[in-house]
Amino acid sequence: MKELIVIILGAVLVENFVLVKFLGICPFLGVSKKVSTALGMGAAVVFVMSVASAATWLVQELLLIPYEIEYLQTITFILVIAALVQFVEIILKKFSISLYKALGVYLPLITTNCAVLGAAIINVQRGYNLLEATVYGAAAAAGFTLAIVLFAGVRERLEYSDIPESLKGFPISLISAALVSIAFLGFQGLL
Amino acid sequence: MLSSIIIPILVLSALGLLFGAGLAYASKKFEVKVDERVAVVRDILPGANCGACGHTGCDGFAEALVEGKVLPNGCPVGGADTALMLGKIMGVEVDTSEVKAARVHCNGRDSVSKYKFEYYGMEDCVAASQLFAGRKYCTYGCLGLGSCVKACPFDAIVIVNGIARVIEDRCRSCGKCVATCPKKLIELVPRTKEYSVMCRSKDKGPITKKNCDVGCIGCTKCTKACQHDAIHMEGFVAKIDYDKCVNCGECMNVCPTMAIRRLNYANNVQTK
Repeated sequence: MKELIVIILGAVLVENFVLVKFLGICPFLGVSKKVSTALGMGAAVVFVMSVASAATWLVQELLLIPYEIEYLQTITFILVIAALVQFVEIILKKFSISLYKALGVYLPLITTNCAVLGAAIINVQRGYNLLEATVYGAAAAAGFTLAIVLFAGVRERLEYSDIPESLKGFPISLISAALVSIAFLGFQGLL
Repeated sequence: MLSSIIIPILVLSALGLLFGAGLAYASKKFEVKVDERVAVVRDILPGANCGACGHTGCDGFAEALVEGKVLPNGCPVGGADTALMLGKIMGVEVDTSEVKAARVHCNGRDSVSKYKFEYYGMEDCVAASQLFAGRKYCTYGCLGLGSCVKACPFDAIVIVNGIARVIEDRCRSCGKCVATCPKKLIELVPRTKEYSVMCRSKDKGPITKKNCDVGCIGCTKCTKACQHDAIHMEGFVAKIDYDKCVNCGECMNVCPTMAIRRLNYANNVQTK
């Protein structure tokens, strides 16, 4: 139990996927314009990362290691993740068309998003068992959601701020993201 | 040696097939039912995406029509033909009598208007009207720099002798020019109504007369001449009520400044 709490705290705060590990920057910058869209994206990523962590762990243990084809890790993991994201897209289109339209192209971008593949590979590197791997995946996604929602709040505030002409739009977003990232360094000594 | 080639191929193929089958099943089971009439309707619509119907482009109108939220004659750009076809698809009776076109209510050509100054600036009425309300003495008149021409998606407006004129055959009454004109001179008017007061000057009679030879001076002769109660004074300018106008032309006969004109497009009007 204690290990699980350490894993969760580590993934959400100390080694936040977006702000400390710099994985998953693309949807982070692309979907963080409004808090509501950011929450929707976060929820989708939580689902994909948890299931992907479990599925890739199973593929690693049951297929790749027994048949000694660990070198196929990258391609099989991507295959699993891509199928999962397609499945999420079909479900979303059926049950929440407004979120589907709001996420737009960033939904399939979860597939090529290094955060999901990163979590899967880290699970293998750290030798987690199935439960730990799934928890890590979910916690990493929770950290991603935290980062993206926080940043959406910052960006909504930026809309009303007086920004120098040359920094308007993307530049000030990147600078703000960097500042939030520095702030998260404060969690370093936690564990 | 052979097994180290066969096994990876088998494993990857098996995984691929498994996921492919799973996705195919999911896409069938969670299919979103789209009414196929939407695609048919969308094909019939003109595709200008002008928003005149009040919906988000032609896609939005097609969806609203199939859901029954809007009538088939809700697309002014498509006109009577489109409305009838849409009515057939939806099984609804369509009323196609009111065809409208845009009209510029100003006749202040170069030869009859007086100008305050020479204007060398952006060839845009909205910009020019920021400068002392434009270069004409009459601050309500058409500046003729072509903002409406640029706004029209159907090339239905031209500048002739310094003022804008609508080619009513090409006008699809989308309303873009109405929104663009900074003097608010353009209005959508039923094409069957031939007579219009070509002036919107709110200045008093003597001032209007000084600024422009063909302006409405508010003499009220037209309101007295009209037998159908179709023309009234709004301040110092006359305005025709097209619900009551019967095209008799009495107002034009008595107007001393030729402010009321007959735009003879009756031959080109679409009939039922």
